[in-house]
Amino acid sequence: MASVALTNLDPASRAAARGWSDLTIRNMFIIPTLVFLIVFNIFPLIYSLGYSFTNFAANRSEPWQFVGLQNYRELLSDDHIWSNFVITAKYVIVSVAGQMIVGFGLALLLNRSFPMKGLITTLLLLPMMMSAAVVGLFWQLLYSPSWGPINYVFGLGDFAWLSNPDSALYAVAITDIWMWSPFVMLLSLAGLSAVPQHLYEAAAIDRASWWYTFTRITLPLVSPILLIALIFRTMEAFKTFDIAYTMTTQPTAELIAIRLYKQAFQQWDTGKSCALAYIVLIMVLAITNLYVKYLNKVKER
Amino acid sequence: MAAVRTSSEVALNRVAIAAVLIATLIFLAPIYWIASTAFKPKELAVSVPPTVLFEPEVTPFVRLFTKRVQMQKTVDPQVYEAAPWWEKRIYDGGERVLKVGKDVQLSQYPDRFMNSLIVAVISTVLAVGMGTFTGYGFSRFKVAGEADLLFFILSTRMLPPVVVAIPMFLMYRAVGLNDSHIGLIILYVAFNLSFSVWLMKGFMDEIPKEYEEAALVDGYTRMQAFFKIVLPEAATGIAATAVFCFITAWNEYAFALIMTNRRAQTAPPFIPSQIGSGLPDWTTIAAGTFLFLLPVAIFTFLLRNHLLRGVTFGAIRK
Repeated sequence: MASVALTNLDPASRAAARGWSDLTIRNMFIIPTLVFLIVFNIFPLIYSLGYSFTNFAANRSEPWQFVGLQNYRELLSDDHIWSNFVITAKYVIVSVAGQMIVGFGLALLLNRSFPMKGLITTLLLLPMMMSAAVVGLFWQLLYSPSWGPINYVFGLGDFAWLSNPDSALYAVAITDIWMWSPFVMLLSLAGLSAVPQHLYEAAAIDRASWWYTFTRITLPLVSPILLIALIFRTMEAFKTFDIAYTMTTQPTAELIAIRLYKQAFQQWDTGKSCALAYIVLIMVLAITNLYVKYLNKVKER
Repeated sequence: MAAVRTSSEVALNRVAIAAVLIATLIFLAPIYWIASTAFKPKELAVSVPPTVLFEPEVTPFVRLFTKRVQMQKTVDPQVYEAAPWWEKRIYDGGERVLKVGKDVQLSQYPDRFMNSLIVAVISTVLAVGMGTFTGYGFSRFKVAGEADLLFFILSTRMLPPVVVAIPMFLMYRAVGLNDSHIGLIILYVAFNLSFSVWLMKGFMDEIPKEYEEAALVDGYTRMQAFFKIVLPEAATGIAATAVFCFITAWNEYAFALIMTNRRAQTAPPFIPSQIGSGLPDWTTIAAGTFLFLLPVAIFTFLLRNHLLRGVTFGAIRK
């Protein structure tokens, strides 16, 4: 009843006589945002969909030609692009798995009361708030084979993390794990604190083992929120550009977003890069859809 | 009933807390390294073994803000004596500060830092302003296809920046918005708007409708009720949303790299471009990084109770 009263004022009432109607206000509040997003997000995408069927090159003035599906055909049969996708998949698996393990592990450790817990939790969250490009750059010094503290601490001599083709991708993934484990930790902590305490007490009375309690009580109750963290991080890792781009130039660490950037803004192969952008976009939207679905599910609980 | 604690549980608890402390030290080590390198003498930044304890100095910050050249011969002692303390530090390093007449020539860093500030502040104000209205609209009124519209709004946030940047670059080039503050601000508003709508809708949902209903009964119009009752109630939410938007815009790299190169370039693409070839001066880079990260570190502490909400687009509140 309350919401009906809010949206349909009695036209004879004093409130309705003064000022705008609720319908006007609603439209005034919502429509500008929608228009803005359509103009600056959707319209550009339609624009680039058009270019994806052409051989347009933004750095040349000669007229472009319509080439149909040729860009898409070439991209999908290009071994180079496939290897970029394989690199990206490797990166996503390693870094997201690392973040889930480290983040959930940290949350399990933090899920108890101790002095200065709030301060320590906030300190642990610092990495994810910082600029990936700028911090990533600084990891070059940390990884440095000649004077990096990492090699010194672990006694790795002059192991060149970022210029060794075999390790560059994993070095970037380690930095990404450092940055984003706190994200998984934050979500896991919320999930853990929502587990009703009486379940643990009941398990303790039954003398259930730690493992039993963990797999039968903790994990099932935390898993929806873990799934959200997993999907969100997968989506973000798939899009990774800045951290990898500022850390290394190794071709073995060329993620799909970096490939796309180079194709569009270094080789100026605009038409083809629009096509590649669409392939990437469809993949991202698929994961986004999944993410929002689960987000709404958890929200309803 | 308080759980009965056995001695093994107490021991386990202690081990866990010790592990947390060690993990915290590991996580903070890279940040400590940035902060400490910013205050190191040049040669200690690349020493073997790495230097942990040293006498801090602010010379890297002097280098960060000035234009300098290598000196061919040693400085005239009289000139040295007359120089202010910070200029002496530069002479000590075998360089001299470039000047026009008596004015010190500043490096590009303060400009880039200001660009970051301008773009982040203006885009935050716009995104949060629009997000507050739209969040209220979605929270209080019936909207046909609300779930689909909200999904559409959120999905714009998920678009990979490089994908959006290609057509935007072409469009900006056509209308002359490349390398301009306005161009970057529009992109950041578009990027942050969806986030701000989702977060503000969550905050608005928490303000009881009865407050406005009471105001409407008292003869307020809907707009008066919104500005005088709802907005003050939503102040904390608006502030938290604003800080999140600011941090995102402040940290953004891909759009800034593609859309700006000089006039409107922000700090994130500028700082890595300083590496150049040869041996980089890590102390100066660290000083720039340190100043750049400082606001975000402060904001993280101010935001600590809203972080969970922010990173889940308002879905998980606690």
